[in-house]
Amino acid sequence: MTREMTEPVVIMVPNGSLGAGANEEEMEYGIARGAQVIATDAGSTDSGAAYLALGMSKNNRGAVKRDLTIMMRAASKAKIPIVVGTSGQAGGDLNLDWTRDIAIEVARELGIKPKIALLYSEQSKEILKAKNAAGRIRPLAPMGPLDDATIDECDHIVAAMGPEPFMAALEAGADIILGGRTTDTAAICCYALWKGAPLGPSWHAGKIGECGGQASIKEVDGRGILIRIDKDGFEVEALNDVNKCTPHSVSAHMLYENSDPFNLTEPGGILDTTDSHYEQIDPRITRVTGSVWKEMPYTMKLEGASAGQYQTVMLVGIQDPVVLSDLETFEANMTKHLYNRVRMTIGEAAGDFHISLRLYGWNAVSGEKVPEGTPAPREVGVLFVATADTQEMANQIAKACNPIFFHMYMPGHHGEMPSYGFAFSPADIPRGQLYEFRLNHVVECDDPSELVRTEWVDLSVEEAA
Amino acid sequence: MATVGEICSYVRSKNAGPFWVTFDLFFDNAGDFQRYARHPAIGPKTFERLFGANPDQVKSFPVESLNMVKISCVRPTPSGSRVERDLHSGQMFVRLLDIELD
Repeated sequence: MTREMTEPVVIMVPNGSLGAGANEEEMEYGIARGAQVIATDAGSTDSGAAYLALGMSKNNRGAVKRDLTIMMRAASKAKIPIVVGTSGQAGGDLNLDWTRDIAIEVARELGIKPKIALLYSEQSKEILKAKNAAGRIRPLAPMGPLDDATIDECDHIVAAMGPEPFMAALEAGADIILGGRTTDTAAICCYALWKGAPLGPSWHAGKIGECGGQASIKEVDGRGILIRIDKDGFEVEALNDVNKCTPHSVSAHMLYENSDPFNLTEPGGILDTTDSHYEQIDPRITRVTGSVWKEMPYTMKLEGASAGQYQTVMLVGIQDPVVLSDLETFEANMTKHLYNRVRMTIGEAAGDFHISLRLYGWNAVSGEKVPEGTPAPREVGVLFVATADTQEMANQIAKACNPIFFHMYMPGHHGEMPSYGFAFSPADIPRGQLYEFRLNHVVECDDPSELVRTEWVDLSVEEAA
Repeated sequence: MATVGEICSYVRSKNAGPFWVTFDLFFDNAGDFQRYARHPAIGPKTFERLFGANPDQVKSFPVESLNMVKISCVRPTPSGSRVERDLHSGQMFVRLLDIELD
């Protein structure tokens, strides 16, 4: 499927993530500089498990539609393909279908008729159980071996694709490829690999490109990045003539969101940048050589998400110096009173519940004890978070706690009952469920496309019919 | 006495997947890198004390070419648990700033 590379491959990454805000001028710049493909990822696990568990996008529809419109207009005019990885934030089937519908709508509005490949990588629980029974699913630290119950508890499970299904779709003539869950790197480098570019530089370029303009020093706003891969290495350039890519800005990006700065495990191998060399070859362009790809047995990383308990929150603001002068006592007393109050008014029916207070302006972000002698703040915002097995129970717990949360006496309060500053009525806000990732495992594959389903939407055929 | 916050030119933290957090400590020059990148005060025990990390799973990678050290550890709870306070772990670096290196 791979070809012999005859000329450098030029990849344009319009932004760090589809929907983050592509820029039309940058797109024109990239095309003028010879871009042969527009590639971007459209999600990650960073923002939590809710998007996979719910099959929902993090970005709003309008933002994704705007970016797709800019990309599809430019790609259609230049007659180059578009590659999108991890559609709809999580890359589940629902996330991909949501993105597909937007792409079709944009194509109709632009009057273009692209051939769209849809690469689904959501997994059947039965297939995964069979894989697990065959000993072909391995845990990654800190997780232990997988059991069937955990598979069943997930609402959706995806496997992160490598570049091979994308290369097959390119070979089959796709104008637009919308991928389900994909490694960020694979979405960016698949076109280069299809064109026969060398493995080490292509994968490394994929990693450097995955967050768009983040690998550049931004003197002006810049969203994207341009990557040129040849037979010995690759070059990185910002998508305007001001921002610079330096050896430091490019090599530092290899560190980003990676637990290991030199080795990046991907489906089918490991990118090793230990001996990569970064060189400024132009005031704005950095060249990278020496990156190595080490082939390994093919694995895909699994991500599974499930919904858990429910939460209800309340918020007060406090400027009362009596409280601010002894926030530690305030938090300890309040927590004790709130738990007692739930036990008194709801009792056993409250089930496995949890209450936490977060004192914003004091120690909410870490929850750690504040060093001795820290001066009192001007005010604090206190967030109350109740967690319980149902939304109704979390609401009931919040309501039970309401009188104490808004009016608790401190030892220094004499006379009238204090009232802390609350902004809303009713005061309790049902927040919905918790969502957690349940898997951190890899599945061994005999074939890179074994767990991937490819479907096509060919608008030229559809419109003609 | 000099702290991480005083010695390093830049310190950051970020999630590396839902189960790990990674800290990047950038030094001003090669001398500081050589002196501090492997300092025991930023070793596994510190990450256990500050973040409840399993010390056996704390990984440290000095990167000489960038005068920086990357330290990764398992989050005390996976992202999004009921006690979550910092989903991207983007504020966790602050607790490193007061560690004394000298």
